[in-house]
Amino acid sequence: MQWDIVIGLEIHVQLATQTKIFSGSSTAYGAEPNTQANAVDLAMPGTLPVPNEQAFRYAVMFGLATNAEIGRRSVFERKNYFYPDLPKGYQTTQLAQPIVGPGYVDIDLADGSTKRVRIHHAHLEEDAGKSLHEDYHGMTGIDLNRAGTPLIEVVTEPDMTSAEEAVAFAKKLHSIVTSLGICDGDMSQGSMRFDVNISLKPKGSDTLGTRTETKNLNSFRFMEQAIAHEVERQMDILEDGGVIVQETRLYNGDRDESRSMRTKEEANDYRYFPCPDLLPVEIDDAFIEDARSRLPELPDARRARFKEQYGLNDYDAGILSADAKLAAFFEETVEHGKDAKLAANWIQGEFSARLNAEEKSVAEAPITGAQLGAMVTRIADNTLSSAGAKKVFEALWTGENNDVDAIIEAKGLKQVSDTGALESMVDEVLAGMPDQVTQYQNEEDPKKRKKMLGGFMGPLMKASKGQGNPKLFNEILVRKLGG
Amino acid sequence: MHNKSVAELSRELESGRISSVELTQQFLDRLKTEDGKYNSFITISEEQALAEARAADEMRAAGKATVWTGVPFAHKDIFCTSGIRTSCGSKMLDNFVPPYDATVTANFKAAGAVCLGKTNMDEFAMGSSNESSFYGAVTNPWGLSGGDKRVPGGSSGGSAAAVAARLVPAATGTDTGGSIRQPAALCGITGLKPTYGRVSRYGMIAFASSLDQGGPMARTAEDAALMLNVMAGHDPKDSTCIDREVPDYTATLNEPLKGLKIGLPKEYFSDQLAPAMQEQVRNAIREYEKLGATVKEVSLPNAKLAIAAYYVIAPAEASANLSRFDGVRYGYRCADPKDLMDMYTRSRAEGFGNEVKRRILVGSYALSAGYFDAYYLKAQKVRRLIQQDFINAFREVDVLMSPVSPTPAFKQGEKNTDPVSMYLEDVFTIAINLAGIPAMSVPAGFVDGLPVGLQIIGDYFSEARLLNAAHQFQQVTDWHQREPQ
Repeated sequence: MQWDIVIGLEIHVQLATQTKIFSGSSTAYGAEPNTQANAVDLAMPGTLPVPNEQAFRYAVMFGLATNAEIGRRSVFERKNYFYPDLPKGYQTTQLAQPIVGPGYVDIDLADGSTKRVRIHHAHLEEDAGKSLHEDYHGMTGIDLNRAGTPLIEVVTEPDMTSAEEAVAFAKKLHSIVTSLGICDGDMSQGSMRFDVNISLKPKGSDTLGTRTETKNLNSFRFMEQAIAHEVERQMDILEDGGVIVQETRLYNGDRDESRSMRTKEEANDYRYFPCPDLLPVEIDDAFIEDARSRLPELPDARRARFKEQYGLNDYDAGILSADAKLAAFFEETVEHGKDAKLAANWIQGEFSARLNAEEKSVAEAPITGAQLGAMVTRIADNTLSSAGAKKVFEALWTGENNDVDAIIEAKGLKQVSDTGALESMVDEVLAGMPDQVTQYQNEEDPKKRKKMLGGFMGPLMKASKGQGNPKLFNEILVRKLGG
Repeated sequence: MHNKSVAELSRELESGRISSVELTQQFLDRLKTEDGKYNSFITISEEQALAEARAADEMRAAGKATVWTGVPFAHKDIFCTSGIRTSCGSKMLDNFVPPYDATVTANFKAAGAVCLGKTNMDEFAMGSSNESSFYGAVTNPWGLSGGDKRVPGGSSGGSAAAVAARLVPAATGTDTGGSIRQPAALCGITGLKPTYGRVSRYGMIAFASSLDQGGPMARTAEDAALMLNVMAGHDPKDSTCIDREVPDYTATLNEPLKGLKIGLPKEYFSDQLAPAMQEQVRNAIREYEKLGATVKEVSLPNAKLAIAAYYVIAPAEASANLSRFDGVRYGYRCADPKDLMDMYTRSRAEGFGNEVKRRILVGSYALSAGYFDAYYLKAQKVRRLIQQDFINAFREVDVLMSPVSPTPAFKQGEKNTDPVSMYLEDVFTIAINLAGIPAMSVPAGFVDGLPVGLQIIGDYFSEARLLNAAHQFQQVTDWHQREPQ
């Protein structure tokens, strides 16, 4: 049987506020456990929440960036359940009156088309703390540093039909929130976490199947794997004539396994009701306009501008515009390097490869866009060959030297582009390789000729101590060998 | 000294006839010898009190004294006091010493007042007789000569009994459904529940957040005004606390009452009210007429729904507010828990008393899927109707007057096996909390040797007018000066 896959996402986005959503504690990641938890975060008796205005501003910015209605009256509710890392015994969240109403995001698909994914709503809420199950000898440690970190939970309509679409949406959302500067986007620190709702239905059917929810996926790769795994699991059950149980599942990315966490019957009755410690928040036009005035250039607009302003193709423009920090790095490089295409190639090539290899973010890169730009300038003006440029890049990256021209000087990487000198080198080398010259000239297949041309380059580079301009050598060779 | 009001003690200290250390020591000595009869205190914080008294004397010597500097008083054990155990009358918090002050606590400290300790209360403020305290029942100083131990009312029963017994001149209380006014009435003292949002709730352990309000309990309206001057005001730590100017509540105490329009809600003077109680309240209202007030009957048609709505909303909020008492971070934890669920269930089963458990169950039920609309939402609609009744009434009159409680102080043990009859104790007070308006209880006579309270109800933020009306009444009556024998 043929199946349609139906996917909806719930995405928790940690907001990059300085302090928590209802207390003055810092939200910085990585501190010693429980050093960023005050009396309010610990839910000490009598303490009360005070809302953080910046969290509301960020949520409204998110709404404006996703073409959404802004909830003018925003109400917090209590979601009641017991868990040791939930100090109050309820999570303060929004239900009936969220701050961001229906909106949408357009995603690009591999075939070049775009697809609109609708957002049902996005609401503000507080994060829970963390339960640490290791190193406590059969007990559980509780770290409340994260408790009270502001989140927006983005809930989509079930508009995605494949893992690829779901990942494309997730990446687009990542790109939007990091461009807005409302989330640091660091998924390894849990800044974005995905829950995936999946169901299958017979191809073309209008009736949705029973769905499962796979919780807490914290990378695009795990999300893609988890969807593939769950689709296969459901398909196996359905094709064996079984039924899908509505349940919440946990996916183990390292083992590519999933297990049931709880079924619908076991689900909590959360007994939501409006939080009497927090008055409804009225969002007025002035607040919305203020948020709008803070909106930076968004990825779609930036992509169009990169194509227009720098002459990039759609692919390069897409990659370089998606991440705000990478986009800024690119523009700094171009400002100092002129040749946008070369800059784009270096950033997507060597620069990204090194970041990945060393698990660094753009912000942590040891070189600046200005340095890379200076290097691009020297490639463009033929001072550097690509081999020489790699050596310069290495010296910049390791911090050996941060001045491009000084590196070129010190390492003797300046290309010889004096045609007179190059021509005499070519003459000398060709004179020493008469058999190869004859072979070349008798060869009729242009492909083979091109390959044979490479046979002269090695000796030429050797003769020039690696400093001859390969492009000019090539031109001279072709001319002297008679085409 | 123990018979003097806050205002009088303040003048004694100002005159230099006595130091705060001497005064504090006198009150502490009396408290330690007398309170065995009443059990009105859970904790006497002698050491901290004497330190505060020394600081107060220095403050006065430095010329920085306020009216409150050096004057002893007490806090209901629901207000967090840094470094002093704050139990909320519960085994659950028997070991809880907060590292922070409630805003109300901090305000009294800043004024230089001397806190002698923490008064007894119904567990988590749930009760109308002060019999649900983990620390034992409080005995009303009134009626002891008759041989019966009577309740002081609740939940601020310890504060009311301590003030009536002259152990302290004043004490803080909190009022969720009548918990300041009813004990004030049953103990023959003056109590005020302010407008919701007038006094910060920060550090005041929550029972029902949308109803709880701290307020003064003292012997005179003047002292209540002095307390409210310290307690009221905006607090950035409580987002339900209203940012509105605080008047000097003593400044208008002596305004004449001529022309004051008093409304009597007919629903509060039904045949169900004992004739003797009714008579005392009507006598009090006649005093107001002598002072130049006019009286007319008004109606609060939805008042009869108040108890039902309250006993959905308050337990619903409480069921969530009390979830934090889980044995994880502070407070009571059961011995040797097998696993997490065992720790939760036994810590809460062993740490909470029956009335608290009853309300958590009722509240959880009312919020459950399938019942939420029929109970919680319906109750909120009723709440708005009740609020509108009061708004309508205050278009016609300046204040409303009524009894505070249906009966005077009843005997210990008389009602505590019958929750519903206990809940009916608050039949005249509860609607005020649902509406969020202020109301006072003022001593207004006796029935069978037991005090009777007059309730004066005002529009939002009319505390100054209520205190004025109470003070003028106390200039022509002496019910508030009577001392239990």
